[in-house]
Amino acid sequence: MAGSAHLIDRRLNGGNKSATNRQRFIRRYKEQLRRAVGDMVDKRSITDIDGGGEVNLPGRDISEPSFRHGPGGNRETVHPGNREFSPGDTIRRPQSGGGGGGAGGEAGEGESTDAFVFTLSREEFLNIFFDDLELPHLVRNYLGTVQQKKMVRAGYVVEGSPTNLSVPRTMKSSLGRRVALSAPIRRELDAAAAALAEARARPADAAEIARLETQIADIEARLKRVPFLDDLDLRYRHRVFMPQPVARAVMFCLMDVSASMDERKKDVAKRFFTLLYLFLSRKYEKVEIVFVRHTDNAEEVDENAFFHDPKSGGTVVLSALELMHEIQVERFPAGQWNIYAAQASDGDAFGSDAGKSARFLGEKIVPACRYFAYVEIPDGQDARQSSLWVEYETLTAAAPNFAMRRVSGRDEIYPVFHELFKKETA
Amino acid sequence: MNGGVQVRERRLSQGPDWTFELIDEYEREIRKTAAEFGLDTYPNQIEVITSEQMLDAYASVGLPIGYPHWSFGKEFIRNEQAYRTGAQGLAYEIVINSNPCIAYLMEENSMMMQALVVAHASYGHNSFFKGNYLFRQWTAADAILDYLVFARRYVMECEERYGIGAVEEILDSCHALMSYGVDRYRRPQPLSAREEEARMSERNDYIQRQFNDLWRTVPAPGSGKSGNARRSVFPAEPEENILYFIEKHSPKLAPWQREIVRIVRKVSQYFYPQGLTRVMNEGWATFWHYTLLNRMYDKGQLEDGFMIEFLQVHTNVVTQRGFDERGYGGINPYALGFAMMRDIRRICEAPTDEDRQWFPEIAGGDWLKVLDFAMRNFKDESFIAQYLSPKLIRDFRLFTVADHESKSYLEIDSIHNEEGYRRVRRLLAQHYNRDVSMPDVQVVRYERDTDRSLVLRHQIHRNRPLVSTDATAVLKHLVRLWGFTVRLEAIDAEGRLDHYRECTA
Repeated sequence: MAGSAHLIDRRLNGGNKSATNRQRFIRRYKEQLRRAVGDMVDKRSITDIDGGGEVNLPGRDISEPSFRHGPGGNRETVHPGNREFSPGDTIRRPQSGGGGGGAGGEAGEGESTDAFVFTLSREEFLNIFFDDLELPHLVRNYLGTVQQKKMVRAGYVVEGSPTNLSVPRTMKSSLGRRVALSAPIRRELDAAAAALAEARARPADAAEIARLETQIADIEARLKRVPFLDDLDLRYRHRVFMPQPVARAVMFCLMDVSASMDERKKDVAKRFFTLLYLFLSRKYEKVEIVFVRHTDNAEEVDENAFFHDPKSGGTVVLSALELMHEIQVERFPAGQWNIYAAQASDGDAFGSDAGKSARFLGEKIVPACRYFAYVEIPDGQDARQSSLWVEYETLTAAAPNFAMRRVSGRDEIYPVFHELFKKETA
Repeated sequence: MNGGVQVRERRLSQGPDWTFELIDEYEREIRKTAAEFGLDTYPNQIEVITSEQMLDAYASVGLPIGYPHWSFGKEFIRNEQAYRTGAQGLAYEIVINSNPCIAYLMEENSMMMQALVVAHASYGHNSFFKGNYLFRQWTAADAILDYLVFARRYVMECEERYGIGAVEEILDSCHALMSYGVDRYRRPQPLSAREEEARMSERNDYIQRQFNDLWRTVPAPGSGKSGNARRSVFPAEPEENILYFIEKHSPKLAPWQREIVRIVRKVSQYFYPQGLTRVMNEGWATFWHYTLLNRMYDKGQLEDGFMIEFLQVHTNVVTQRGFDERGYGGINPYALGFAMMRDIRRICEAPTDEDRQWFPEIAGGDWLKVLDFAMRNFKDESFIAQYLSPKLIRDFRLFTVADHESKSYLEIDSIHNEEGYRRVRRLLAQHYNRDVSMPDVQVVRYERDTDRSLVLRHQIHRNRPLVSTDATAVLKHLVRLWGFTVRLEAIDAEGRLDHYRECTA
């Protein structure tokens, strides 16, 4: 028998040894995962899109093959728990599987064909969603911010209100001053004391001793006169105003929901809005979203209605812009909120609507916004330019915070998004 | 042991919480008790880990170190998911057949569970690893950890040099053939990571030195004559270790790829005895945790509460559900193994007339010796064929079902009665026979002189076909490893070609 057992605490070694293998798995099934993530995105609300989540993979996709016996042929299986069977009894052959209802080993050995479910972390989810492009680095530097003032500490000053008195600092300088002022006096005192001791030892006459004693008393009195606390010592905490970025933003989603906007176009729009939301939520602590949809008149709706409620009617773009402006002025004053807006449309606009909209946008909305992006989702790659596009185009030169792009498919969204935001850095 | 002696010993801990000191104390007491029964073990190493780490260990099939591969990630995710959703508890223990024998304890477990695991793994499994002939013969407990470190490093180096994708492809293909990478008759060379590395670099050097392109252009002497001789079938004997054949003879594999084939083969070889002794191994370990802890209870070292909690866990472990009950998943190896071990002890200690008739050589014998002999010299198949008693067949109410393709129905073949005992026993033993459960596929020809194709033979056993999609997929993997056409011929019982499938490069 061996000696004492070796008892080791491995808990601190850190788990996650399987992290590499997990990455390998994701790497291998990227295609399937991307499809699954795509489906998830459709079902989710914009605001919780980046939460990670469960993904289903069909079992057959991930099974590992091996030579094994299938159903058919002759065999006998052994099972426990017989109650009423006698030799020679017959049982109907189960429809699927090789009979015997999961005979011993076979049940455990075969690859399960059930769906394989697993949970993606938020990071993994975003990586797949954005196809491994690094999102966060894009955003930091070029989204502008509203300034707000905030008091911050800025060292110490010699004047201030008593409430700001810093006792430790004051005591520190008091101590320093006292040491500095009393040092020469102490040196004199030491010398006098030494002289007195020497005189007494000699022994000297009484007059000399008395003189020395008076001298010592005199020096001690001077030492006492060094004040414990002087006005010079006082230190006050100093605070200054520093401009601070406002950590909140509002994002307006404007979409044309007239009949010509079909599901595909809405899906593209949703992805664009989602991207913008993800961007903003990385930059700001709080991001509010306002959904404004319009046909021939505009209304503010919740997300579900925004993306999924069918609505039909004409198209008046201006109505949405006016409503947005109204909401913005009323609830999100430009000084306190970072305002972002994204408008998605297929470009339909009739008569003077396009021109009026462009003017309204240029005069009222764009100046108040940090950024306004217009995304046009045409019917096909080579659809001709819409009237709205033509009118909006006149704005681009004057307003650097206005951008517009055409997106015709899901796959173009990210590049377009990338481009839109790159422009601002330049 | 000796029921008459009442030794009262000091009580061990109360309460559910464990400490290192307490585990140490328990381990000491369990060791003393095990010594009473003469259990021979490797030295023990007990490691406390978190559930997270337990999941990690799961994924790498219990090995503490493994090379990276997505399939382990899949296992990890599967287990993690099942664990988090509560569909599956974690196994209480993982034990590694190495010297020293490493057992993992999970920190979430109560003191009772820790003691159970120590008894089960560090004394039960450990003594089985040390004693059973298959483990003695086929695995090198001393060297496995070193070898795994080597394998991991090697695979990762290859990934750096040749790309993750390239390595993954080879590993995928090897994994598909993993069960066909086992030597069953030759004893494998003892593993040693250092020798392994030395051997590898030596071989590479040799190839480098010997390479001389001139030889290629020199006509082979007497090529016309010896051609006949060379055209004889190669290999001379069918080779059942397909991975071995690939490693040695594949015309296209690069040296590093061969090395990876070898690594998979070695790992597969390491697991070979485990697959053959599941019932015995678990039965033995379960029998000993039961026996050891009961003995300690008899000595007064354990509390009543401890025992009740222990018995509850133990009962869950050895539950056998009937075929028509919910959650039936075949025969539970813990239940069968434990019952058989206990039954052998019963036959020795209190044999009935039936036992005397069936087991004349052990009935009334010294149970410790009989059990020890059984543990050392059998595998599941032979163990069941030798020791499954009529009483157990009755207790489990075992019955056999015949599924013959000529009949449109299933037929009850035999049950737990006088006429059925032997047949039930034989069929159950067959169930654990690797030759029957795994399709018989061997390498029969390598057409060296023509198109370099590889021919495999599937000897059809009792008309049982392969799962077709899987077989085709495995052939594709084989082609990847072989580089040329691979053909799988299915041969029926009379030796005639039934059908074949082929996959071209």
